[in-house]
Amino acid sequence: MPEIRNMTMNFGPQHPAAHGVLRLVLEMDGEIIERADPHIGLLHRATEKLAENKPYNQSIGYMDRLDYVSMMCNEHAYVLAIEKLLGVTPPVRAQYIRVMFDEITRILNHLLWLGSHGLDIGAMTMFLYCFREREDLMDCYEAVSGTRMHATYYRPGGVYRDLPDSMPQYQTSQWKNDNDVAQLNANRQGSLLDYIESFTDRFPTCVDEYETLLTENRIWKQRTVGIGVVTPERAMSLGFTGPMLRGSGIEWDLRKKQPYEVYDQLDFDIPIGVNGDCYDRYLVRMEEFRQSNRIIKQCIDWLRANPGPVILDDHKITPPTREEMKDDMESLIHHFKLFTEGYCIPEGECYSAVEHPKGEFGIYLVSDGANKPYRLKIRAPGFAHLSSMNEMVKGHMLSDVVAVIGTQDIVFGEIDR
Amino acid sequence: MQKIQQYFQSLLLWELVKGLQLTGKYLFKRKITIQYPEEKTPMSPRFRGLHALRRYPNGEERCIACKLCEAVCPAVAITIDSEQREDGTRRTTRYDIDLTKCIFCGFCEESCPVDSIVETHVFEYHGEQRGDLLMNKQKLLANGDKYEKQIAEAREKDSLYR
Repeated sequence: MPEIRNMTMNFGPQHPAAHGVLRLVLEMDGEIIERADPHIGLLHRATEKLAENKPYNQSIGYMDRLDYVSMMCNEHAYVLAIEKLLGVTPPVRAQYIRVMFDEITRILNHLLWLGSHGLDIGAMTMFLYCFREREDLMDCYEAVSGTRMHATYYRPGGVYRDLPDSMPQYQTSQWKNDNDVAQLNANRQGSLLDYIESFTDRFPTCVDEYETLLTENRIWKQRTVGIGVVTPERAMSLGFTGPMLRGSGIEWDLRKKQPYEVYDQLDFDIPIGVNGDCYDRYLVRMEEFRQSNRIIKQCIDWLRANPGPVILDDHKITPPTREEMKDDMESLIHHFKLFTEGYCIPEGECYSAVEHPKGEFGIYLVSDGANKPYRLKIRAPGFAHLSSMNEMVKGHMLSDVVAVIGTQDIVFGEIDR
Repeated sequence: MQKIQQYFQSLLLWELVKGLQLTGKYLFKRKITIQYPEEKTPMSPRFRGLHALRRYPNGEERCIACKLCEAVCPAVAITIDSEQREDGTRRTTRYDIDLTKCIFCGFCEESCPVDSIVETHVFEYHGEQRGDLLMNKQKLLANGDKYEKQIAEAREKDSLYR
C-alpha cells in the first residue's frame, strides 16, 4: 500500500502565467490546492529607499516603473502628494490632461489585463485584439511625453508640456504604397486630441468585439464563474480596492468618494459585481472600459474649448520655459537651482491616493523640510490582493490558480517595489 | 420561452459561432501588421532615445561642462570632468554616459542650458561587448554629428511647447 501524502509544488517564478516573478509554493492534494504560499521580493528595487536619496522631482521616473502597465497613474499619486505638502494646485487644464491620461492609462492597463488573462485561460486571440488598441494608446503616450511607457510626464504643479498640435505620420515603404499610407494616416491629420477622439469613437465597438468573444463563451464561463469567490465582508477585511472590491459588490471608488483633480465635475458611473467571482470582476473591468472612454470624451471637449497654461508659473517649483531661461538672468538662476538642488518642502506628512486601475495606489510622504523626502511609503494595491491568494485558491484546481492570478491583475513592479 | 431559446442557443454552439464569425471577419480585413525592420511606426518629435552631444554650426562643441545633467540624472549615469582650455573657455575633458544605467527620463536634455546633450530618435542600438554601451565624449559627439539634421528638426517642431 503506497503512502498517500500531499505534494508541494513550485509555481513560478519563471512560469509565463505567473505574470512576472511570482513564486507560489503550492501544497497539493492531487490536483486540489490545499495551501498557496506566495513568495515575493524577486523584483525588489528599493524604490522607496532610492527616493529618500534624491530631490523630489528625480523620483518621478521611478514611479513609472512601479506598476509598469499603468505608468501615469503612479506618477499621479506621487505628484499629488508633493502638491499637497507644498499647498499648490495645478492649472485646471493640467488637471484635465492628467485625468484624461489617467483614464487612457486605465484602458491601457485593462487591455493588458484582458489580453494576458485571456491568454492564460485559453482565449488566445484576445491578446492580439487587445494589443491592437494598446498600440494606439501607446502612440498617445509617445506623442505627449516622448516615450511609449515610462512617461515622466506629470510634474508637481502641472504636466511637462502641452498636448501637441500634430501627430507623427506613417511613411511610404516597400510594403505600403501611398494609398495604404493615406488610410493609416487618416486619423493622424489633426492634433493629438483629434487622434484620441477618433480612438474614443472607435473603442466602444472594440469592447463589443471583446465581449462577443468572451462574455457568453462557454469555455470562458467555465473557467471563471464561481472561481475565487470573495464575499463583500472578506473583501473589505482583506484590504481589497479597485475592481477586486467592486467585483464583490461594494461600491467604492476614490474618484467618487474622495474626488481628486476634476473628477467631481465629470459624469461617469461605477460598475459593481454581484457574486465576487472571476467572472464578475471581468464584467466590472469591461464596464470600466466604457466608463473611462466616457471620461476621456468629456476631457477632450473641455480641453478643446479651454487652452491655457499646463504648469504653474511659480519658478520656485517649476522650471521656466527655455526661452525665458535663455533671455533672463533671474530665470537662469531658477533653472540652475531647480535642476541641482530642487525645491524644499515644508515639514509635514501627507497621504495621497488615486484610483489606480488596480485599486487604491497611495503615497505616504514625510518631509523634514529638506529637498528630498524623509520617508516615502508606497501603498500598492496588488500587495493586498496577493495576500489573499491562499484564501482565494484554497480548494480549487491547479489550473484555477492561473485564473485567480489573472483576475487579481498582479504586476510585480508594484508589489515588490 | 426564454429557456427554450437558451437551450437551443447552447445546443447549437451559438456564442462560439458568433465568436468565430468575428475572427473570420478579421481574416479578410486589411492587416495592421508593420513589417518592422523595413518599415517603422511613426515617431513623435519628443521621442527619447540614444543620447548625443551637439555642436554649434561653426563646429565648436556646445557643452560648457556646467554639470547640470550630471546633477539631475536620477540614475547617476553621467560623469563629467572639465578643464579650462588655452583660449579661456571651459569645456569637458570627459563626458561619459552609462547607457546600461540610464532610464531615459529626459531630464538631462531638459536641464541642458545650451541644448548640448539631447536624446535622438535612435532606439535600435546595441552593444556586442562589455563596455559598448558605455558612451564617452567621442561616441556622443559622433552621434550628434551623424543625426544633427533629425535632432534639429525635432527640436524645431517641439520648441513651441518647451
